[in-house]
Amino acid sequence: MTLVEPRAMGTALPRIEGPAKVTGTAHYAFEQFVDDPLYLAGVVSSIARGRVRAIDTSVAEALPGVVAVLTAESAPRLAPDAGAEQAVLQSDAVHYRGEYVAAVVAESPETAREAADAVVVSYEAEPSSTVLDPDSPEAYTPEIVVMFPPDTVAGDPDAALVASPVRTRATYTTSGNHHHPMEPHASIARWDGDRVVVFESTQSVWETRRGIAGLFALSEDAVTVVSPHVGGGFGTKGGMHANSVLTVLAARAVPGRPVKLALTRREMTDTTGYRPGTVQHVELGADTDGRLRAITHDAVEQTARMAEFGEPTAVYSRHLYAAPHRRTTHRLVPLDRSVPTFMRAPGEAPGSFAAESAMDELAHELGIDPIELRIRNEPDVDPDSGLPFSTRNLVACLRRGAERFGWADRDATPRARLVDGWWHGTGVAASFFPAFTMPGSAASIRYDQDPDRFRVDIAAADIGQGARTALTQIAADALGVPASRVDLNLGDTGLPHATVAGGSAGTASWGTAIVDAADRFRDKWGDDPDDAAEAEGVAQANPDAAAYAMGAYGAHFVEVAVHADTGEIRVPRMLGVFAAGRIVNPLTARSQFLGGMVWGLSMALHEESVVDPGVGHVVNGDLAGYHFAAHADVGDIDAEWIEEQDPHVNPMGTKGIGEIGIVGAAAAVANAAHHATGVRVRSLPITLDDFLGS
Amino acid sequence: MDATISLTVDGRRHDLTVDTRTTVLDALRERLGVTSTKKGCDHGQCGACTVLVSRNGGPGRRELACLALAVAYDGAEVTTADGLAGGDGLHPLAEAFVEFDAYQCGYCTPGQICSAVGMLDEARAGHPSAVTADLGADPAVLDRAEIAERMSGNLCRCAAYSNIVSAVQSVATPAGETR
Repeated sequence: MTLVEPRAMGTALPRIEGPAKVTGTAHYAFEQFVDDPLYLAGVVSSIARGRVRAIDTSVAEALPGVVAVLTAESAPRLAPDAGAEQAVLQSDAVHYRGEYVAAVVAESPETAREAADAVVVSYEAEPSSTVLDPDSPEAYTPEIVVMFPPDTVAGDPDAALVASPVRTRATYTTSGNHHHPMEPHASIARWDGDRVVVFESTQSVWETRRGIAGLFALSEDAVTVVSPHVGGGFGTKGGMHANSVLTVLAARAVPGRPVKLALTRREMTDTTGYRPGTVQHVELGADTDGRLRAITHDAVEQTARMAEFGEPTAVYSRHLYAAPHRRTTHRLVPLDRSVPTFMRAPGEAPGSFAAESAMDELAHELGIDPIELRIRNEPDVDPDSGLPFSTRNLVACLRRGAERFGWADRDATPRARLVDGWWHGTGVAASFFPAFTMPGSAASIRYDQDPDRFRVDIAAADIGQGARTALTQIAADALGVPASRVDLNLGDTGLPHATVAGGSAGTASWGTAIVDAADRFRDKWGDDPDDAAEAEGVAQANPDAAAYAMGAYGAHFVEVAVHADTGEIRVPRMLGVFAAGRIVNPLTARSQFLGGMVWGLSMALHEESVVDPGVGHVVNGDLAGYHFAAHADVGDIDAEWIEEQDPHVNPMGTKGIGEIGIVGAAAAVANAAHHATGVRVRSLPITLDDFLGS
Repeated sequence: MDATISLTVDGRRHDLTVDTRTTVLDALRERLGVTSTKKGCDHGQCGACTVLVSRNGGPGRRELACLALAVAYDGAEVTTADGLAGGDGLHPLAEAFVEFDAYQCGYCTPGQICSAVGMLDEARAGHPSAVTADLGADPAVLDRAEIAERMSGNLCRCAAYSNIVSAVQSVATPAGETR
């Protein structure tokens, strides 16, 4: 396809909403002004599985300022086909600890919370299973993991492993992780007859509209969803969770009055999805020159008994390295926990930790440089589909990173650099994320002579990735006008339909719709449009999608220091080099890459969902207990990218960049820690006790 | 139980009656419509609600509005990120945040900026941090490690940390008293 000529694209335009964000005057969901609001507080289950026997709401109802108390008996009915996660207050069944069993609506947040605490619930508990056991007899093969088949096999991998002169085999585990965007999930809902307006912190206003319309048996037109600014999503605001349903449900009970709910960190931990824990067995078989004969990657991971989510963990190993014999499998173990969900690079993040650690182990076993080992196994075509790559510049990323990081001077010997009481080491890992374009987004463009500006409408979501700014640049180039003459509107179901901000596909999908609208606009109006000239466009399915394997690639380089006495781990240096098609905005793109890399650092060293197996309680359900990187954890960090022209991905030539930064980063940390100390840690997060006694 | 208090927010005085359980943060956001100050955790663990508080005309110190009960702040002056420039364009730190792209989603940003303003004042006053090597140095030399250490009470899940440090450093440096 013909790529849009870049003029605004490629320039470091500061975020359009920057002044509003730095003064705090950008209004997020909970900050939308509404008259005379009521506040909602949930009551949650204290058991992991069973039934609510009785609920005593009398004390709560008697408190001054309490307007309504909802239970499964009194709450409005939802559509009978509501999914288990969305069927809030529809039965007495308890599926996980922290599930909503009642809720209070009150005139103030203080009263709502007091009243929620005063609701007394008794239960009939049943035996529960809340911690992943990879040998569980309940493990099963799902029909699908997100959008991929659970199992693939090529050749005879077990025989090829046995016949391989060099072989590594190891089991890697990753913890459950929680998203914790800085803005908690928040909703305001107000019913007016059979219409409802919802201010929502969401990665997709249209998906939220569709979800609410379905649950409440409304036409989509009856549901308005507004979400102008979103304080981070990372997957947890991609689908509707119980909190959004609860808010709309509670508002139904008090028609005409807005009801507000912003979640606590405890509620976010319990009810808004998480990255499931995994146990992964990876075996590699190679010739003595490092050429892979066989790759097997078998994942066992947790899902929820109430609804399935299969993390596509081993899918990473289908695409990275050439080997004639390959196998990937996924087995799920259902737990009495809330439902896992998409979290930044679902599948790729945990899968790359195992796969890229295994490559490092093989390199060490063979005595071959880990970069050279990856280059020797670079495939000519996608190993899974056999399709040619639209572009694949993994090797260029590895080489550029090696040059800048100073890899050539590296002594591969582990545990050989003790400086002032700290063992130092360096590590590398590859990175990959598929380049998707979702069809179905629409955009409209209108020109007004006074004040001589173009208005571009699309119900996309700016969750911090910079969509407002990047789409303005794309629209400007597609229209052939400066970005300063474009006004972009997003985050409202009053605007044309847009697909979710997810799968690193937002810019590609929404941009495709905008380019189509601009093409139609210019076809119809030329370069000198009439006043009030308009056109609409849609994102069609990519005609090249069936002919090419498309993805972004990258390489991580990390320096780790481990204290010889205490095992304290520091990461003084991180470098990421990426090849991700055209970069629309180098200023905001760099922030996305860096953000992803720090997520990898956090996954490697900090993030751990700690579950009490007795009651299925996540014990670290706040930001004091659930750690992710703070300022002082991040050292000298940088990201860069190599120029890449890809005419197959979409009319902008872009690949998604929101997720690739995390992929492989945790493995690079672990590989560097091994180089520093000689200790191979195969379980995330890596903590100081892993090095004690070594 | 209710109490009547006055709060001066970004130079504007408000008299209001609050439930004594109301935090300064909820008083700002839910009662006065001042939403520049964000609620990230309500537990003093994330820093998103950082504001500058002064009493009796003294200099503003950074405080967490979610851990402050409004009834205990009767008469206090609160400055949010929206009030830093005194209604006149952007504060230099806010400008630097835009220039360095020291944010993504923007939700922690007003707290980061208020925290940085308070932190720079602390450094000028000679307060050391956990990474200050020479306690006799006056004023504290703000290299990147010093800024990162002193800003570590403000979490950013988008992880704009490196750019935040650069933005703060760009404002701290021209004074000639820092590095």
